[in-house]
Amino acid sequence: MPRITIEDLKKIKEEARQKMTLRSGDARARVVVHMSTCGIAAGAREVLDAFLRDAEARHLTDLLVTTSSCAGLCSREPMATVEIAGQAPVKYVDLDPAKAGRIVAEHILGGAVVREFALAAGSETAS
Amino acid sequence: MAYRAHCLICTGTGCVAGGSFNLRKTLEAEIAKRGLDREIQVITTGCQGFCAEGPIMIVQPDGVFYCRVEERDVPAIVEEHLLKGRPVKKLLYTPPTEKAPIPALKDIPFFAKQKLIVLRNRGLIDPDRIEDYIAVDGYTALGKALTQMTPEGIVLEIKRSGLRGRGGGGFPAGIKWETCRHAGQVRGVAPVVICNADEGDPGAFMDRSIIESDPHSVVEGMIIAARGIGASEGFVYIRHEYPLARQRLQLALDHAREFGLLGKNILGAGMDFDIEIREGAGAFVCGESTALMASLEGKLGEPRAKYIHTVEHGYQDRPSNLNNVETYANVPLIILRGADWFASMGTGDVKENPWNGSSGTKVFSLVGKINNTGLIEVPMGISLREIIFDIGGGIPKGRKFKAVQTGGPSGGCLPEEKLDMAVDFDSLTEAGSMMGSGGMIVMDEQTCMVDVARYFIAFLTEESCGKCTPCREGLKTMLDVLTRIGDGKGRMEDLGLLEEMGAVMQDCCLCALGTSAPNPVLSTLQYFRHEYEAHIRDKKCPGGVCKELITYGIDPAKCDGCHACVRACSTAAIMGEVKKVHTLDVHKCIKCGACIEVCRRDAITRT
Repeated sequence: MPRITIEDLKKIKEEARQKMTLRSGDARARVVVHMSTCGIAAGAREVLDAFLRDAEARHLTDLLVTTSSCAGLCSREPMATVEIAGQAPVKYVDLDPAKAGRIVAEHILGGAVVREFALAAGSETAS
Repeated sequence: MAYRAHCLICTGTGCVAGGSFNLRKTLEAEIAKRGLDREIQVITTGCQGFCAEGPIMIVQPDGVFYCRVEERDVPAIVEEHLLKGRPVKKLLYTPPTEKAPIPALKDIPFFAKQKLIVLRNRGLIDPDRIEDYIAVDGYTALGKALTQMTPEGIVLEIKRSGLRGRGGGGFPAGIKWETCRHAGQVRGVAPVVICNADEGDPGAFMDRSIIESDPHSVVEGMIIAARGIGASEGFVYIRHEYPLARQRLQLALDHAREFGLLGKNILGAGMDFDIEIREGAGAFVCGESTALMASLEGKLGEPRAKYIHTVEHGYQDRPSNLNNVETYANVPLIILRGADWFASMGTGDVKENPWNGSSGTKVFSLVGKINNTGLIEVPMGISLREIIFDIGGGIPKGRKFKAVQTGGPSGGCLPEEKLDMAVDFDSLTEAGSMMGSGGMIVMDEQTCMVDVARYFIAFLTEESCGKCTPCREGLKTMLDVLTRIGDGKGRMEDLGLLEEMGAVMQDCCLCALGTSAPNPVLSTLQYFRHEYEAHIRDKKCPGGVCKELITYGIDPAKCDGCHACVRACSTAAIMGEVKKVHTLDVHKCIKCGACIEVCRRDAITRT
């Protein structure tokens, strides 16, 4: 990658923004597993593996499984955020591999939020 | 006063990057211009999931949903919709009618009272992808700083924002930058920019989390600082115990270098700057500026007397600007949104003099006897009660709050009477504690304050470098006295002795580790003197912690004879038949607490 200018920065921003937002036709849903030291210690890596395994086993090509950092509520980790295009993101808490499987089956495929371990819908706001 | 309508503008990360803050400003101005500001309120909300259609805005109670709203659409929305009641058709979107089946995040107290600046991207972007950071306005502030601002202008902006050092001391960052810049010019020596990521307080993990969540925000802050100060070399001093943070930071530096955001001729604007990571071995004292710089030079991490400041003569005798992770992470948004915006949050009027208050937010790690353990960011000036009971969700098992310890080992313990105090730099210091870097440890009624003081003094005794006598010997003596009191062998004169030694240490120690070390003892003596007296005079430990002063027993009213404690006891001190009240032989009991952990009915007593 060559040196970039401020104009390039704007272009990268636009391209990257497009990629970050879910659109129908492209990826339909995204799972973000929150992986910082705290989450990993609580078992986030196993949860991530379970999502990846499930997505592969079910051939879910329109599901993106990605990682991000701590969501703040360390006592409820492992946590994951599930976004389906056009709906408010849902945060799940106290996860394990089995619960990950249920989220894929019931929420991502079935369209119904798994209320037992869903914390809330929506996102935090910037100030 | 009731409003007849609300305009909800999404300020989730996606919509912010699409310009929703400018949209809000324009909308508010237009509403005010039309004289509707007493009728219509503008509110910001979290993500609605329509990032692809953002920025979005919802007008209530009409339930009208606008998408891709731009500033130039604002006059039409105000004129047509808000004034005449006719929704603007071209911006309309019909959302699916499904109602959210679960609560909204903004209605959950843990999230509702937080205000995110430093942690704005937490859990949203992939910290390993520079493109994600750029997508949410990352490095835009750097672009602005390099093209639209002079270095002096950058320093002035930070000074006017009132940003004070988040590492513990609370020294105004702008004044530090100004002094460093000046020292570099006067001496003709290139300054260096250093980031202190040597977070060592027990129970504190703010800086680790910031780096793990959003490493580029720290990198961008450092580049802007370097521009303001005139530095071309920077370091991050991070401890060895933070492998993931170090790895993410290294990746961020590599990517920034690839993109030309570090190195020669940054963004084609003629600025040269690069950052190197230096790893520390995890000595607590290396968070102190002079010890940190000695360690950075490869020397023993010991502090020196500070009549010469590191900002003038620091690393390799060069002017050195040292701020911590959180301080730098605040910088990009201050540059992007302006000093006035930042100064409008928090306490005091800081624009003329940053010492006049505490602006912005503070990140705390909330730990101890609290329901919602976690990492929070709150506006300066919020009360301790709001943090502990609203955000933190109160004390587990319905127990009573006893104290909150702020500022790490060098901070103090504040009692219930202080819960309504505003959390800012000066109020905390005045109350005998300090802001510190932001560790907040909550303690319940089963905590012994003598034991807490002893724990922190034991930590500091281990971590004292031993260079100066008052710290080395003072801490050791304090530890002996506290241990004696905990063992029930204390004398009433000990309390005076602790206070006297504390005062000497505050006056005479070489560095801040020593001068602040007596704080845990002095603050517990100030607010919990009765507990010390109970240990000495009555030979009782009110918290039921100090082994020499307590006796275990079983409350016959609560015991249901489940036998769990009998199985857990390693010395066969508990006897009794199943389903009958058990008894405990105090002569066999070694007070290990194993029975308490297994008892489901809270029947084990400690008196």
